[in-house]
Amino acid sequence: MIEFIETTKEFQVGTTVVAALNHINLTIQKGDVFGVIGFSGAGKSTLIRTVNLLEEPTSGRVLVNGKELTTLSKKQLREEKKNIGMIFQHFNLLRSKTVFENVAMPLVLSGIKKSKIEDQVSEVLAFVGLQDKAERYIDELSGGQKQRVGIARALVTKPTILLCDEATSALDPQTTKSILELLKKVNIEYNITILMITHEMEVIRDICNRVAVMENGKVIETGSVLRIFSSPQEETTKNFVQSVVRDEIPQSVYEQLKTIDHSKKIYNLKFIGVDVGQPVVSQVAKKFDVDVNVLFGNITELQGIPFGNLIVELVGVDKEIEKAHQFIRTKDIQIEEVIAHEGELTNHYRRSVRHAVHG
Amino acid sequence: MKVSSQIIIDAVLDTLYMVSISLFFGAILGFILGITLVVTRKGHILENTMIFSIINPIVNTLRSIPFIILLVAIIPFTRLLVGTAIGTTAAIVPLVLHIGPYISRLIENSLLEVDEGIIEAAKAMGASPLQIIQKFLLPEAFPSLILSVTTATIGLIGATAMAGAVGGGGLGDVAITYGYQRFDNVTILVTVVILVVLVQIIQSIGNSLERKLRRVS
Repeated sequence: MIEFIETTKEFQVGTTVVAALNHINLTIQKGDVFGVIGFSGAGKSTLIRTVNLLEEPTSGRVLVNGKELTTLSKKQLREEKKNIGMIFQHFNLLRSKTVFENVAMPLVLSGIKKSKIEDQVSEVLAFVGLQDKAERYIDELSGGQKQRVGIARALVTKPTILLCDEATSALDPQTTKSILELLKKVNIEYNITILMITHEMEVIRDICNRVAVMENGKVIETGSVLRIFSSPQEETTKNFVQSVVRDEIPQSVYEQLKTIDHSKKIYNLKFIGVDVGQPVVSQVAKKFDVDVNVLFGNITELQGIPFGNLIVELVGVDKEIEKAHQFIRTKDIQIEEVIAHEGELTNHYRRSVRHAVHG
Repeated sequence: MKVSSQIIIDAVLDTLYMVSISLFFGAILGFILGITLVVTRKGHILENTMIFSIINPIVNTLRSIPFIILLVAIIPFTRLLVGTAIGTTAAIVPLVLHIGPYISRLIENSLLEVDEGIIEAAKAMGASPLQIIQKFLLPEAFPSLILSVTTATIGLIGATAMAGAVGGGGLGDVAITYGYQRFDNVTILVTVVILVVLVQIIQSIGNSLERKLRRVS
């Protein structure tokens, strides 16, 4: 468990003081895969570094498994750090050493016996799927393999916490997927709490269960990934969600909005979980005197729960459309009418009716 | 050539003697100063403004004094240290003081080239400052350090030529006293050729070692 209590970090830049972290309060529960997302400069990098004291907070506290690391002696602190693994965007591996030697390093530093080192290193190398690369040098590996070595090195001391500093930002999408799957395995099989910072919402979507959004050194929104994706509150959060869940109206649909007449209305439907399985669209078409025209659709998965949106056009008389609207609402589906704004090319919709389905 | 081949051979041996001994002590001095300059600088693992601001100007001062001046200026110190101010052994003291600070700057550069991320990873896994230097900084910078020492060795060969001023002997001394001062161009040519060959050999050894360490084929 990691607790940030009024954690503040200030940097002196010339004559002004800049707060990289501004009274952060956040709790990461044991077993969480907790994601912190924000643009560069939001303070997320500083935040993760206060956990293992690569950055010392100016004020406030950071508790790791109930212990405040700043109060420990240097020796105790070094011991405690074995409990906190860390992986990096640029891997930070030693080019002068083999994969085996890199992974063994944390154990060598603790003066552990050679035979024991060999056992432990082999075990984690097998876990990350690099047992056959033990004698290779770092330069001979691909980016994904390098990050696997990084993960093995972080796990070799059997920590309870793993810090991931933009761990997939230097990797291509395919490799990112495989590394995220490995991290998920780390979380489940070793029951390791993961705190990760990223600027990619895909990463949050794929493996996190909780998320905090940071901006200007503050946490502006936090909650379960489902809650954040289904009903983001802050503008920045909405932007991040939209970067993965495309619920913007495509240009072609927008062109149609311009020629809109009163016999049709366009709605954006948001489904969460089981609702995706409901044949809502066909039910609407059958039950009411409206034609349903699907303009755009998108389904994504959050922690195994389907989450999607559908932009549909309902064609019919006002009364029937209204009835269909009410019907959809009873199905616990978020429904918003899409309205074009004169003379603007951006996509607009009135956030009308909102049904909070979860959280 | 008006000198015997024995004189040339002795001169080569004198040069090698001066170079190797002063390289040995100069490297020790250089490593200590270079590492200290790196780790005590602002934001580094053993940040210490006082130590840094004492060592830094000393290194600069020693590096800015022309070797021939240093050679005579520290004669009392040399006498104190090795009991004599003339001869091959006496030349080693100023050579060490000359090459040590030079090596320290080269080492400083090599160590600063090591990716900061490596140090961050080391800190994250709880390495002590000494472990960071020993297990991370030096091994990562090793190929570059080899090149630094090679450069320093060649610099030393140049400096030993001036050791003749305190009766240090060596190839440079032969070139000046037997060649230049007696108008014996052949002797000058021979010593210069030997020096060129020596420098080539040392540079190739350094380069091939570095390539091997970097695992470049």
